[in-house]
Amino acid sequence: MSTTAKPTPDKYSLGQSMKRKEDPRFLRGHGNYVDDIVLPGMLWLSIVHSPYPHARIVKIDKTAALAVPGVVAVLTGEDLAAHNLAWIPTFHGYDKQMILAVGKVLFQYQEVAGVIASSREIAQDAAELVEVEYEPLDPVVNPFQSREDKIILRDDRENKTNHIYHWEVGKRDATDAAIAASDVSIKERVVFQRCHPAPLEPCGIIADMDAATGRLTLYLTSQAPHAHRTVVSLVTGIPEDKIHVISPDLGGGFGNKVPVYPGYVVAAAASVVIGVPVKWIETRTENLTTTGFARDYHMDVEIGATKDGKVTALKVATVADHGAFDAAADPTKYPAGLFGIVTGSYDFANAFTELDAYFTNKPPGGVAYRCSFRVTEASFAIERGMEILARKLNMDPAELRLKNFIKKEQFPYPSPLGFVYDSGDYHLTLRKALDIIGYDALRQEQKEKRTRGELMGIGISTFTEAVGAGPSKHFDIMGIKMFDSAEIRVHPTGSAILRAGTKSQGQGHETTWAQIAADELGLDPQNIMVEEGDTDTAPYGLGTYASRSTPVAGAAIAMAARKIREKARKIAAHLLEAPVDDIEWENHAFHVKGLPENAITMQTIAFAAYTNPAPDTEPGLEATFYYDPPNLTFPYGAYIAVVDVDAETGFVKVRRFLAIDDCGTVINPMIVEGQIHGGLTEGFAIAFMQELAFDADGNSLNTNFTEYLVPTSLETPHWETSSTCTPSPHHPIGAKGVGESPNVGSPAAFVNAVMDALAPLGVTHIDMPLTREKVWRAVRSAKGAAKT
Amino acid sequence: MNISVTVNGKPYQRDVEPRTLLVYFLREALGLTGTHVGCDTSSCGVCVVVLDGDRAVKSCTMFAAMADGHEITTVEGLVQGGKLHPLQQAFWDCHGLQCGYCTPGMLMTSYALLKHQPNPDEPAIREALSGNLCRCTGYQNIVKAVQQAAAETNAPAPEPVAT
Ligand code: FES
Ligand code: FES
Repeated sequence: MSTTAKPTPDKYSLGQSMKRKEDPRFLRGHGNYVDDIVLPGMLWLSIVHSPYPHARIVKIDKTAALAVPGVVAVLTGEDLAAHNLAWIPTFHGYDKQMILAVGKVLFQYQEVAGVIASSREIAQDAAELVEVEYEPLDPVVNPFQSREDKIILRDDRENKTNHIYHWEVGKRDATDAAIAASDVSIKERVVFQRCHPAPLEPCGIIADMDAATGRLTLYLTSQAPHAHRTVVSLVTGIPEDKIHVISPDLGGGFGNKVPVYPGYVVAAAASVVIGVPVKWIETRTENLTTTGFARDYHMDVEIGATKDGKVTALKVATVADHGAFDAAADPTKYPAGLFGIVTGSYDFANAFTELDAYFTNKPPGGVAYRCSFRVTEASFAIERGMEILARKLNMDPAELRLKNFIKKEQFPYPSPLGFVYDSGDYHLTLRKALDIIGYDALRQEQKEKRTRGELMGIGISTFTEAVGAGPSKHFDIMGIKMFDSAEIRVHPTGSAILRAGTKSQGQGHETTWAQIAADELGLDPQNIMVEEGDTDTAPYGLGTYASRSTPVAGAAIAMAARKIREKARKIAAHLLEAPVDDIEWENHAFHVKGLPENAITMQTIAFAAYTNPAPDTEPGLEATFYYDPPNLTFPYGAYIAVVDVDAETGFVKVRRFLAIDDCGTVINPMIVEGQIHGGLTEGFAIAFMQELAFDADGNSLNTNFTEYLVPTSLETPHWETSSTCTPSPHHPIGAKGVGESPNVGSPAAFVNAVMDALAPLGVTHIDMPLTREKVWRAVRSAKGAAKT
Repeated sequence: MNISVTVNGKPYQRDVEPRTLLVYFLREALGLTGTHVGCDTSSCGVCVVVLDGDRAVKSCTMFAAMADGHEITTVEGLVQGGKLHPLQQAFWDCHGLQCGYCTPGMLMTSYALLKHQPNPDEPAIREALSGNLCRCTGYQNIVKAVQQAAAETNAPAPEPVAT
């Protein structure tokens, strides 16, 4: 082993499009998803769902189901109540949710009973034989009906009201006064519809109680395995050391795999009682109708401005539909998540936002669907608001934005709603976008088209996100602080294993985590094995959602590696026979100050750590780091959509879409670009297709992929991407997180573009999804109105 | 009922219930879990396998019994001689996968496409893949991967180097 080889500077460095280390197993069909796991003697759980959105349960008759050969048990809410498991606390602990219904059902498809049988088919057949007698009750189908409190949904709660909470931040009076005094103001209700993350792999579990050891192993579709272990322990009283959560490969998550679902609890309870493994894999219908939905915010946006377009005040009042239980996945102290980011990229002197949440007869949820908690809703509100304001001012929307951006020199920028934005150069990024897309030429083209009556639109969205929850003084979930962790062990021959408290669902952590450690340590990323998702081996972490992996665990990895480097420095001093203070780290190797040609690699040091440790240092080379971020990170971007609208059919063609993202330091550009493509496609889906709608009786209208529309390769536009880089000043490697930016920023760009196209007709706003029918109707009624 | 099928070149004889779907037969009877399940309405395509060498079929939409006497190729059958198939290699090179759940179906649909159309243009690829959903990639890199694989498969074999 050479002690003099100088590492090639680039081999270990960040910023390379290294091919993903996880791919070969997926490409060969050797991924290991929960449903791929089969345990000996395993039983199946199938769940009986309510056909009614609101009904009293009169009687449940298990007889016919129990008579089916192969059926082992039929569980109801009453059975669970005997184990104190009929209800469990919701995500942040402010409410509780039913596992299996007791007394009454509160949404269509609510879980009413569980059938455990020897095969999936028998369990499903028998589930149909469970006879439930219901007495239907009038449903509450929207939050505006809910707030009248004529029908009280939750008779289990002390307060006999459907109102869950009121939340506000900012200066109400000053903001109202500023809007009243402004030259120009706008007010618009924009609705961010209820939608669903719908990862292609549905949720599932195998619960395996080992009677001999008393340990409960849960193979779980979990974005947050440690948090789930703690919750299971708190809810069941099983000591945490007796619970082993394994989250194997996940087929996407997007926030859907953060909450705890009834199927998990029933399978676990059944395994504990029966003593054999029990598997539950939800169907697509169960996924769409019962597990964590997102959004469902009705937002009244008001902006005041001077007549030359300087914004003076922002007010957003929101009514939120939380469904049957308050199970929104938000940090404990932030009932409306990070909605306070609603002032966006603009310098508002006055701002105020408030939110009231209500129960309805709809499924519970409110997950952060490919976004940091409620940041997507907030970004949509402000970016739509700015567009509407630009039109009212008769000002170019790009110019309005450039006029009101927080300036580069204002960072760190304290926002009026309580954040301190870390860094950014919004002018640079938007100017770059305008330049690449050829904005002036497009506006010229639009002008000409308008003279011919053709509908072409250009939509801009310049969003700012707040991600990476977060500093423990502010952020916790059920009291557990939202730090994250990493552990690195360097083996004697210079390869390593890296474990983190996060859990990849396709983001490529096995690659990017190795790249971070490789750059910090000067080790080959191909030989740094990354492992996540096993609570027995990984250090405690809060998991992967809300773009927190890179900002929090990514930082923990860099810091753990730096701890190792500090120890390695001592070993290097020992090997180079020089004082520690004279040892320098450069080009991914150590050398004595002034003698760079005599460098010593980490590989050599690793070997020495086990074979020839320095005096007074422990043998071995490993470190663990728990990282508590000092602040959130604030990735941002400038997106521009160009659309053509066919007035005859309502069809919107997205002709071009440019996304410029600034996520600070980039670890792997290929992966970042892939994340952006994926997020833009989900943003496109939300803008044009995806909605969980309900009819006036509370029936779910989008129960499978023929009704809940996910874009295919045919509809999905071609994406153009580029970037600027403003590193986060407080993150060890300057990274900010990116997976969610495109989903946060793009819906407003699409909608702004379509509204811009329809501007000559006087259409100001249409709520998403902008289906052909809605666009066609808007065009038709605008034209009709013009004729009369 | 008793069926005989050849899966990835290997003959199997098995007793199946008439209602057993091909996808569960592959996954549970044969342990070939690369073929996935993602919906109940034949919409997502994560279950696509190739029937008789060139037909992409959704294995959730076929009974195992219907495969009696036929040949099935699943994602596990793509690797030949330990080497990734050009499509697999191209998906890797082009970052055509993220969570990997749709990947087997994407690969098998593309495999059948290239059998019929060795040189598909982008619209033809997008059309062929329109029954395969992906929630992660936005399709762009998948299309690129299929193009790369097509180009490679069609490239003339390298001339033997004269020594
Ligand atoms: S499982 Fe969705 S199409 Fe076959
Ligand atoms: S890679 Fe995740 S669904 Fe396609």
